[in-house]
Amino acid sequence: MMLTMTGVHAHYGHIHALRGIDVEVQAGEIVTLIGANGAGKSTLMMSLFGNPRASAGQIVFDGEDITGLATHEIALRGISLVPEGRRVFPRMTVFENLQMGAGFAAAENFEADLARVFAMFPILDERKMQRAGTLSGGEQQMLAIGRALMSRPKLLLLDEPSLGLAPIYIRRIFQIVRELNRDHGMTILLVEQNANQALKVAHRGYVLQHGGVTLAGSGEELLASPEVRAAYLEGGHG
Amino acid sequence: MAYALQQLINGLTLGAMYGLIAIGYTMVYGIIGMINFAHGDIFMVSAFIAVTCFTLLAAADVSSIPLALMFVLVVSMFFTSAYGWAVERVAYRPLRGSTRLAPLISAIGMSIFLQNTVQLTQGARVKPIPPVIEGGIELWQTPDFTVQIGWSQLLIIVTTVVLMVAFTWMITHTAFGRQQRSCEQDRTMAALLGVNVDRTISLTFMLGAALAAVAGVMVTVYYGVVDFFIGFLAGIKAFTAAVLGGIGSLPGAMLGGLLIGLIESFWAAYLWAEYKDVATFGILCLVLMLRPSGLLGRPEVEKV
Repeated sequence: MMLTMTGVHAHYGHIHALRGIDVEVQAGEIVTLIGANGAGKSTLMMSLFGNPRASAGQIVFDGEDITGLATHEIALRGISLVPEGRRVFPRMTVFENLQMGAGFAAAENFEADLARVFAMFPILDERKMQRAGTLSGGEQQMLAIGRALMSRPKLLLLDEPSLGLAPIYIRRIFQIVRELNRDHGMTILLVEQNANQALKVAHRGYVLQHGGVTLAGSGEELLASPEVRAAYLEGGHG
Repeated sequence: MAYALQQLINGLTLGAMYGLIAIGYTMVYGIIGMINFAHGDIFMVSAFIAVTCFTLLAAADVSSIPLALMFVLVVSMFFTSAYGWAVERVAYRPLRGSTRLAPLISAIGMSIFLQNTVQLTQGARVKPIPPVIEGGIELWQTPDFTVQIGWSQLLIIVTTVVLMVAFTWMITHTAFGRQQRSCEQDRTMAALLGVNVDRTISLTFMLGAALAAVAGVMVTVYYGVVDFFIGFLAGIKAFTAAVLGGIGSLPGAMLGGLLIGLIESFWAAYLWAEYKDVATFGILCLVLMLRPSGLLGRPEVEKV
């Protein structure tokens, strides 16, 4: 098992955001988390990095208990996050953002990884020396994904990657998620408000509600489940 | 004309020192958004370390001036950055995540603490050292005035330029520089990419202190006297320089330092010397009222 969360609780200020989460991700899987706004999806991802720190429960990554590690230590274990809202460094160039992503990875891989990211997102090559803050939202999302890939993560977390993007970019993002998994064997945990698309690419999924997992199953099972259809697919989210 | 040229040289010298101190203010503000009011006193401590070193060297009969200067610079930078590290560790890190006002009050407390410690251990009286570098080059002789650049002035200006070029290169071109800037722009994201944010902040304090130490050694060499209170005025003037240049901006701090040095020199030479501090603080008020983001700073944008 690549990632195991057992009975994880977490608080954001006074809000009890996660209430006993059990989630597992196997190597080579795409797993998606769906749920309404405020269900705890983003908190779950951030809690993997100890921000907020789990107040109870255990998080094991790649055979190691990472529950109490510092955020940067967890990142160095091989988890990369493409955060909600992209969070590229606006006053750094595209190239520097990618260097930041590669930061602590082996230097001899840098050129090869850069070439791989540029092949995936040619627009980043064109805008290499441009400040990231001047890119469009879609381009920033490409950069955020490219940056996350530069460290050769074992587990890639994507938090709402399609949020606020034009349809052409949304299609491209889901295509990339599929490619990364199929061609590069990348293990991916995906949070999406676009439940329909997410469940179609995912092997398995979890439904989150009020900080707890209410339903789990394969992508097809969840797509067919009447509760999921009623709450997340036919309610205008699809 | 000759007189003005002399003021230009004096102003550049002064400006170089303000610029070196201002970098510490601006970098700390950039990374944790607070004004480190103890920074001026860190500079004062470095001047005392320099005085101690020079006295020891004189007692040891070291006669090579370049050797002595190198030694004093290295020792002073080392111990002063240790002070910078300790101040952050003791007074600011425990308050991270609390209100914006808390570290500011803590900084003022730290400033008072450093001043009093030095006053108690070193005495309240002015400490003089014998001139380290004497003489200079006569640049221009007119019947009633001789323009001269002292060797110490030349040393200060050249050292400052070299340091600023090296420092700018480090911030823009090295992995540490990128980490430093990433923490300035988005600390959470930097940590998510594996950057040790606490360590980066510590190093920022140490670097700022090391640059202030260079200024402290220069002041000691240039004026030959120090006392426990020099950090206050120099600190606030360097802070003014950082605000004038645009707080948070590295080139801004350098430019601001230079401008404050020049304004002070020319004001003292042509207007009223006794009001030169008023001129500096007048500028602080004007900048804060009319252009709070300074000459090279970014306007403060609220993050959504």
